[in-house]
Amino acid sequence: MDGSGLHSVTLCDKAALDALMPMHLRIGADCRVISVGPTLAGIAPDAALAEMKFDDVCTVLRPRPTGPGCSPGSYVGRRLHVALRAQPDTVLRGHLIALPDGSGWLMNLSFGIGATQAVRNHSLTSSDFAPTDLTVELLYLAEVKAAVTAELAALNRRLESARLAAETQALTDPLTGLANRRAFDEGLAGALYSAGRGQPFALVHLDLDYFKSVNDTLGHAAGDAVLARVAAVLRAETRRHDLVARVGGDEFMLILRQPNGECAVAGLCRRIIAGLEVPVPFEGVIARISGSLGVVQSDDYPGGSAETLIADADNALYAAKRAGRGRVFTHRGGILTDRGGAAAG
Amino acid sequence: MHGLVNRSIQTFLRDTYGSDLWQKVAAQAGVPAHGFEAMLTYPDEMTESVLSCAAGELDKPLAVLLEDFGTHLASVEALRRLLRFSGAEYADFIEAIEELPGRAQLAVPEIDLPVLDLQSDAPGCYSLTASGLRSGFAPVLAGVLRAMADDYGALALIDGPVSAGDHATIRIELLDTRFAEGRDFQLAMPKS
Repeated sequence: MDGSGLHSVTLCDKAALDALMPMHLRIGADCRVISVGPTLAGIAPDAALAEMKFDDVCTVLRPRPTGPGCSPGSYVGRRLHVALRAQPDTVLRGHLIALPDGSGWLMNLSFGIGATQAVRNHSLTSSDFAPTDLTVELLYLAEVKAAVTAELAALNRRLESARLAAETQALTDPLTGLANRRAFDEGLAGALYSAGRGQPFALVHLDLDYFKSVNDTLGHAAGDAVLARVAAVLRAETRRHDLVARVGGDEFMLILRQPNGECAVAGLCRRIIAGLEVPVPFEGVIARISGSLGVVQSDDYPGGSAETLIADADNALYAAKRAGRGRVFTHRGGILTDRGGAAAG
Repeated sequence: MHGLVNRSIQTFLRDTYGSDLWQKVAAQAGVPAHGFEAMLTYPDEMTESVLSCAAGELDKPLAVLLEDFGTHLASVEALRRLLRFSGAEYADFIEAIEELPGRAQLAVPEIDLPVLDLQSDAPGCYSLTASGLRSGFAPVLAGVLRAMADDYGALALIDGPVSAGDHATIRIELLDTRFAEGRDFQLAMPKS
């Protein structure tokens, strides 16, 4: 603005200013408002802004005023955050220039990022904005972003539930609903880690006795019914934080976390045998099985590997088989001990 | 083709012609079991297959089906609102139609729409040419233009599209911009 006559005429024409800058505020040299753009006037309908003092019409929030009654001149060329006193909640973006020959100032305003709220509160339409003003595009973007984000969120929810389902499927034995070999391997690795931090566990290897003859003489459907029954017995005898896995056709692994000593574990194993030995009626016939179990305690293997524990539990299991089946053997310090057969009751 | 387009076609077919038709079409076209995901991309052949299978099942010319799809798109409230941002009146909407692909890409940068060119030979008379890879979707545009005329309450004749090579032209004759009461549109989204 160099004060040439052409500029002065154009800037002082109210109709031109209203069309070009519907949110302008023209301020005279006496700091009083001379004219107000139609959209700005619409925002503060009850307040007659003209003739009022600049300070009474609006508050400059940023940059912070240096003192009371600050002259508009100190804001020239700055990026201003402004609120009308009549609408303190609507923060506007402002830009102020000095008019030629000390005749005052001209401030143009627009909605900043709070455009959606402002447009809603004041029921504005696209004709309230200059064609160059991108406020309407900002509203479009806000709306489109909300729609796309909603789609992405929905996709994420579907993917997450599919992932959970796949994970459960990958870790579950479909016939019994028990954990599978993979889940057992993960569970044992986790239990060994916790054992190193003072949370011992017992590992039990169970192999069903006489299961093959049930399958052979009564058929696979009877075998499946027996397996379902075995799963029910194992679930009933274990606690929620124990892990029960079917790791082969008639082989099961139990991780009993924080066991109450060797005797308690042996007792639990004898109860399991008793449960397995309860005859299973199936389509008019009776299926009978039992089970042999081998037990090791993580306390006996400080820093031990999963393979070692499994191998020793295996040895105990086969000792139980050799001793006549339907028995529990423990493996401690290289010594295999017979802990008895089915518990009474 | 972008999943948004595919999902819109799926919604259109299912809502208009029922899930039995959609299941039949999806099976023929090899659509994944749970249907299209809006935020993934699928091979173009799958989209083309869905459209031609649907046209076959419904015994409709493909162009008619596509135009119905366009009408359906403009009736989806969220999309209708986004379209209305293009202009305060139908004439503004038409004048700004070349921006449509750009507006779509502001929303979803990967979306691929035909290049649009608008020529005016007399006041209120336009020819709109769609060219490029997606010019086969020109009937969809014709459907959108018809539906949006109703939405704005304008009276307009939409002719075509007429295809020639890799482009297709739609004629628009704007007879009355305020023929009827248009549907309501507020700039700020109504609070739900």
